[in-house]
Amino acid sequence: MDARLVAAMEVVIGVPVVLVGYIWGSEWLVAVLSARWRRVVRPWLWLAPALGFLGFFLIYPTVLTVIRSLQGKDSLHPKFVGLTNYRWFFTNSDALGALLNNVLWLVFFTGFTVGMGLLVAVLVDRVRFESLAKSIIFLPLAISMVAASVIWKFMYDYKPAGTAQTGTLNALIGSVGLGPVGWLQSPGFRLSTFALIAVMVWMWTGFAMVIISAALKGIDPGLLEAARMDGANEWEVFRKITLPLLGPTLTVVSTTMVITSLKTFDIVYTLTNGNYSTDVVANLMVKEMFTFGDFGRASAVAVILLLAILPIMGFNIRKFRSQESMS
Amino acid sequence: MSTLVKQQAPAAAATKALSRRSSSRRGRFVLNLVVVALMIIWAVPTVGLLISSLRPQSVLSSSGWWTAFAPPYHFTMANYRDVFHQAGIGQAFVNSLLIAVPATVIPLFVAAFAAYAFSWMTFPGRDLLFVVVVGLLVVPLQTTLIPILKLFADWGLTGQFLAVWLAHTGYGLPFAVYLLRNFMGSLPRAVFESAAIDGANHVTSFFRLAVPMSLPAFAALAIFQFLFVWNDLLVSLIYIGLANPDNLPMTATIANLVNSLGGGWYLLGAAAFVSMALPLALFFGLQRYFVRGIVGGAVKG
Repeated sequence: MDARLVAAMEVVIGVPVVLVGYIWGSEWLVAVLSARWRRVVRPWLWLAPALGFLGFFLIYPTVLTVIRSLQGKDSLHPKFVGLTNYRWFFTNSDALGALLNNVLWLVFFTGFTVGMGLLVAVLVDRVRFESLAKSIIFLPLAISMVAASVIWKFMYDYKPAGTAQTGTLNALIGSVGLGPVGWLQSPGFRLSTFALIAVMVWMWTGFAMVIISAALKGIDPGLLEAARMDGANEWEVFRKITLPLLGPTLTVVSTTMVITSLKTFDIVYTLTNGNYSTDVVANLMVKEMFTFGDFGRASAVAVILLLAILPIMGFNIRKFRSQESMS
Repeated sequence: MSTLVKQQAPAAAATKALSRRSSSRRGRFVLNLVVVALMIIWAVPTVGLLISSLRPQSVLSSSGWWTAFAPPYHFTMANYRDVFHQAGIGQAFVNSLLIAVPATVIPLFVAAFAAYAFSWMTFPGRDLLFVVVVGLLVVPLQTTLIPILKLFADWGLTGQFLAVWLAHTGYGLPFAVYLLRNFMGSLPRAVFESAAIDGANHVTSFFRLAVPMSLPAFAALAIFQFLFVWNDLLVSLIYIGLANPDNLPMTATIANLVNSLGGGWYLLGAAAFVSMALPLALFFGLQRYFVRGIVGGAVKG
């Protein structure tokens, strides 16, 4: 039998057994303490495995990355170089191009995904085949971005003019006498970046739709009916009542999409690997790591990504605290 | 004045309802048309690839998938046969499973105990600590890659499954703890209090009450974490690496196939569908839990 299969089975059975045993054992251990100390010690024993993982895999390496971003390329004896890596990022045209692309991702991916999600949620709410429509639009979210990349590689396929187009989009625009367009090979107007954004909008609209749809169903229908009785048309009902009530939900979906747009990696790596002016910050980091072997610069890129996400982290924490104090 | 308005209102409403009815039939038709168009737009890319994956290599580069609907009908299972033998996708499929199952089981158990402690134990610093978890939800894993890679390399773990099992546990925990704590914390307090009065300790409360009552949350979380790991590219690319192709999961293997200019490109469609089979089966079989996880996981609106 494959040794890796044996190892996997050992982990799947062994880890739960060890963890449950640990909790039983710790309960037995705290029993020797006084009741007061027991209450103090027990929670930390229950939390210890999770805190260990969080500390080791998230907090500790993040601190090290911040330090590493202030050091040079040499990995064996890294020297302190101050903000040199950051200066490189903000003066290098490739890095700034990647940053610009992330801004485009942030604005257009977030805007289109939330907009389409809202549109679809409102529309399917009024048709009989709602669950079928939702399933179809939601489905791309279940597959990997790599699989989505393959799907869209065939959509965007480009053959020189004069030959039969096998890509769906070029065949479509060809049927009305346009194109062919090299969707994934066009740096001009950052067309290829928009082509990549379209793939992710296709994937994530279902996510926005599901959350917005759930909020939509939570709106009291009597409220909408009352407005209709008062003579408001459907558009007015939507704009004056539905939309304001959906506000908090739209904010939550938008923040999630903003984070997704900043972390964008798989699609770019798989479809263009950053060529044709499509590079993004997360892909730039992997390139600095593996292609150029400059862990100092790669760390600086990661820290810039973290800094861009910090405002949203603060926003989420504030939101969470106000919810907690309400309940 | 007000009586006048009241008298006029029914008549106005009646004419309005009449005009609405005639225009609403047309509106309903347009609405249905728009929704059907959206469904087609969303389905076409996937359907196109599915048909492409069933067409022989000889016609793939000369005609589009839509020509398959007209005679001569060229369909074949050869790509699916080849994908398992040639492109190493069979091995990669096994690797994806061997990575995803342990990387789902470990965080589930680790998170469950922490979520219980956050929900039903009181201790100083509890709220602050949970705020840290909420903050960690959005930390990009890019900021952790370099130091962890270095440690794994020092320990000889790079290229091995153990590296990605551990890493996925760490990366998946904030969401797991967050989701489970939200669910466990909203269970009725009275149940736990009366159990405590009856002499149940925390271990009993956890296994007899908290876990059974939280099964829907566990199901949602298991599906999520499994799909997250199954669909992950970055973590396996960094910690297993292209230098260890025998241990790479399907995502990395297929991404490699897309970027290589070799002769395997006609297998891409079949390879992608093999990788999608499990997520789609999970999705159709357990859609309810899937949706619940998404709606419950978003910081509540």
